[in-house]
Amino acid sequence: MTDIARLLQRDSFIERNARSRATALLDPGTMRELAGPFERLHSPWLARQQLVTQADDGVVVAKGLLDGAPTVVLAIEGGFQGGSMGEIGAAKIAGSLELAARDNRRGIPTQAVILFETGGVRLQEANLGLAGIAEIQSAIVDLRRYRPVIGVSAGTVGCYGGMSIAAGLCSWLVLTREARLGLNGPQVIEQEAGIGEFDARNRSLIWGLTGGEQRVATGLADACVEDDTLELRAAVARLFARGIPQRHRSERADDYLAALARADTDAQPMPADVRAIYTEGDA
Amino acid sequence: MEQQTASRGATWLRMFTGGAPALHDWPSVQVVEAPLAGQPARWIAVVPDPANRFPRARNGEVGLVEGWQLARAVQDLIALDRDAPVKRPIVAVIDVPSQAYGRREEAFGIHQALAGAAGAYAQARLAGHPVIGLIVGLAMSGAFLAHGYQANRLIALDDPAVMVHAMGKASAARVTLRTVEALEQLAEKNPPMAYDIRNYASLGILSQVLKAANPASPGEQDLVLVRGALEAALAEIVEEPERDLASRLQGPHRAASRRVRELLETQWEAAD
Repeated sequence: MTDIARLLQRDSFIERNARSRATALLDPGTMRELAGPFERLHSPWLARQQLVTQADDGVVVAKGLLDGAPTVVLAIEGGFQGGSMGEIGAAKIAGSLELAARDNRRGIPTQAVILFETGGVRLQEANLGLAGIAEIQSAIVDLRRYRPVIGVSAGTVGCYGGMSIAAGLCSWLVLTREARLGLNGPQVIEQEAGIGEFDARNRSLIWGLTGGEQRVATGLADACVEDDTLELRAAVARLFARGIPQRHRSERADDYLAALARADTDAQPMPADVRAIYTEGDA
Repeated sequence: MEQQTASRGATWLRMFTGGAPALHDWPSVQVVEAPLAGQPARWIAVVPDPANRFPRARNGEVGLVEGWQLARAVQDLIALDRDAPVKRPIVAVIDVPSQAYGRREEAFGIHQALAGAAGAYAQARLAGHPVIGLIVGLAMSGAFLAHGYQANRLIALDDPAVMVHAMGKASAARVTLRTVEALEQLAEKNPPMAYDIRNYASLGILSQVLKAANPASPGEQDLVLVRGALEAALAEIVEEPERDLASRLQGPHRAASRRVRELLETQWEAAD
């Protein structure tokens, strides 16, 4: 098959909205949405600031089966307020992960997938977004003791801010080439530290340092897949089959401290420098 | 190591630990063992290191090395107390101006370093270590998520220099397409957007706000006041059967957080 033909046949995951993404990950006919749009969970804080709200606050909670196993998919809608986390969206994710952990304590092995498409805290709800993200992080650490929590960032928003820390707590991470994963967005770094530190218009540098391919090549994520729904679903299923990692990435402090001690911090690193540091030794 | 810039975090840490030596020779992450309520506890603070190898992490920011050192300090304690019937408490003394904003940081994955720290604190809490966060200065954004936000209890000093927020004012204004003045006006009517500790306290996330006489250079009375609050928090925590963060959901401004959880719980099993 030619590249063009393959491209035309591809079922893009990126082009799907959050609800469609969640449905596509679960076994056909098993998806049930919880705390859905008919509950009219509009952000009270956006409304007070005369900003547009959405009846699901930009997060879809989908319960169902994945290859027959009980699974909850938490899908962030990057198209609403940049996927930012407000009080309601964060409570939907944290509350669902808490119930999944409770299931496991009761003998039901519920597992979770989080679809990260987010700039982090919704600044219009600042401190409640930050608190909600701390609760999401707590719930991931609780649940991952029993079953893997798999993070996916497909693009095009990427995964930033406090939610990138949540992604760093996941058992396994799946990215596409279009995805970016990092704490501070290039614009914020440029604002805080100047254009000499980070040129937010330099797209090749941004993807070179924080894109899906680089993150997988440096061990900061586990799989880089094409923007193809079946391929992405297969990667998620494969990682669930691997079970809980012997040591979560967030538990590897010694490896990362050893690697960082080798880094030359006088110069600004290029993508190849990071690969060299992180593929030498254990980290 | 004596720092030129005596940060609030460093000052309070020294007061509580009576100058006991740090457990590591880490300049920016100070870990000290000293008693709380008559039993050994770990006290941890992130402090400025003007000679930091990472130039964007010289003013007390939580950077790559700080994140992983916090993780290491907390993991070490979990391992030490694995078989102990009583787990040592951890007090995170919080005065963190921000996470480190820089190209090196993004290149080497600062998000993963902060996940190391946040994850270790959460694991300590779940393992039964009482974790208390004491906010004596700034508690900003990713730095706060990494150092303190996973605590069983959060206590703050009532002082204009004590602030909690998700982003500095200038950047927050740019991202939300507003002027700093407009942002400040909006914050007056929207408690979650405010920077000051009294508005933050109205969210119900803090267990206590304390009025110290001299928050920048505490005296003996301040020490007695805060130590008393830490001991009371410790006594509460050890009585609790669950070591989750549910106690933060009771505030009047968190009605939506409670409503969402109620809905999810009702619909969870019905969905099977």
